[in-house]
Amino acid sequence: MTVFLEVIVSVLLVFGSIVMLIGSIGLAKLPDYFTRLHAPTKASTLGVACILTASMIFFSIQQGHVSLKEVLISMFLLITAPVAAHMLAKAGLHYKVKMTDSTQNQHLAKKAYLHENPDDK
Amino acid sequence: MLSYAILIACAFICCALALNAWRLIIGPTTPDRIIAVDTMYINSIALIILLGLHQGSAIYYESALLIALLGFVSTSAFCKYLLRGDIIE
Amino acid sequence: MDKIRKFVWFPTPYHSILLWLVWQILHDFSRGHMVLGAVFAIIIPWIVAPLSEKEAVAKNPIKALMYTFRLLIDIAVSNYDVAKRVLQSNHTLKPAFIAVPLDIKEPVPLTIFTSSVSLTPGTVSVELSDDRKWLYVHVLHLEDEQQLISLIKARYEVPLKEIFGC
Repeated sequence: MTVFLEVIVSVLLVFGSIVMLIGSIGLAKLPDYFTRLHAPTKASTLGVACILTASMIFFSIQQGHVSLKEVLISMFLLITAPVAAHMLAKAGLHYKVKMTDSTQNQHLAKKAYLHENPDDK
Repeated sequence: MLSYAILIACAFICCALALNAWRLIIGPTTPDRIIAVDTMYINSIALIILLGLHQGSAIYYESALLIALLGFVSTSAFCKYLLRGDIIE
Repeated sequence: MDKIRKFVWFPTPYHSILLWLVWQILHDFSRGHMVLGAVFAIIIPWIVAPLSEKEAVAKNPIKALMYTFRLLIDIAVSNYDVAKRVLQSNHTLKPAFIAVPLDIKEPVPLTIFTSSVSLTPGTVSVELSDDRKWLYVHVLHLEDEQQLISLIKARYEVPLKEIFGC
């Protein structure tokens, strides 16, 4: 393996793991349920995609032919992460989790819970 | 150099898993715990891929794929349970 | 009762190609698996076709590719944005709910639109109103409501309308 590719793989690995760590820090420290939802859904997807790309480059060089298997996992996570986030948000809404007091437009959350138009009285 | 990078990445992801476990234990409500589990499985995919890189064998790929598939299904099942349980009440 | 469907060789050609490609990627393009994958790609759509309903099809593949590419860039940008907010103090956060008026009605473009909103800067789609005219979105840090709504509509909804021609 050439030094150049080794550097690329290493940088991708470290960068991906830092992004995932930031996502988990967000999960641990943000103040309420809906803000906590933001960090893991975005950060984990990018972090895992970086690590999978690194693995793809490594095994392509090691085995001598292009191996695209890791792209499948990346694509799958890219498609399912927003769906899972949407379902989690819906579950939180139905569970009536507490929001921080600084949240703006809290009346819209009640409308969303009832599936109403925001204009309805 | 690559072995050091793998070690550093492993350390970061283990910290991330510990933070997720903390949220799983304290998480004030059930949906919080579901997010914690959801993030945990994505982190474990990364950890398994790193193990495969460390040992230089591609066979761990299948387990990562399985965790990705089952993790999504279990998250959506948890959410559906919460949504329906609330409606029946 | 439905009428008995006319027999077609490839009821869903795009899905057949996708199925074959995924099978090849899983088995590293060996010759035997090319044949086996082709057999599966023909038989499985026959079995599954009666279950699926008629869906909107992308009419403009080049624009769809452009959209995917822009989405990937936006994901990277949004990660930087969220990471910055996460590492700052909690007191500077201004989370908010907003309601985005929708122009698209078909299920497939709507799904892509809500997924794009979830993946991009500091927004997660929460709920759809019953008449499918409003999308409720949670924002991690809201500065200007009207500006964000028009940004989301211009950046994702307009290209999707062009791609699906609706």
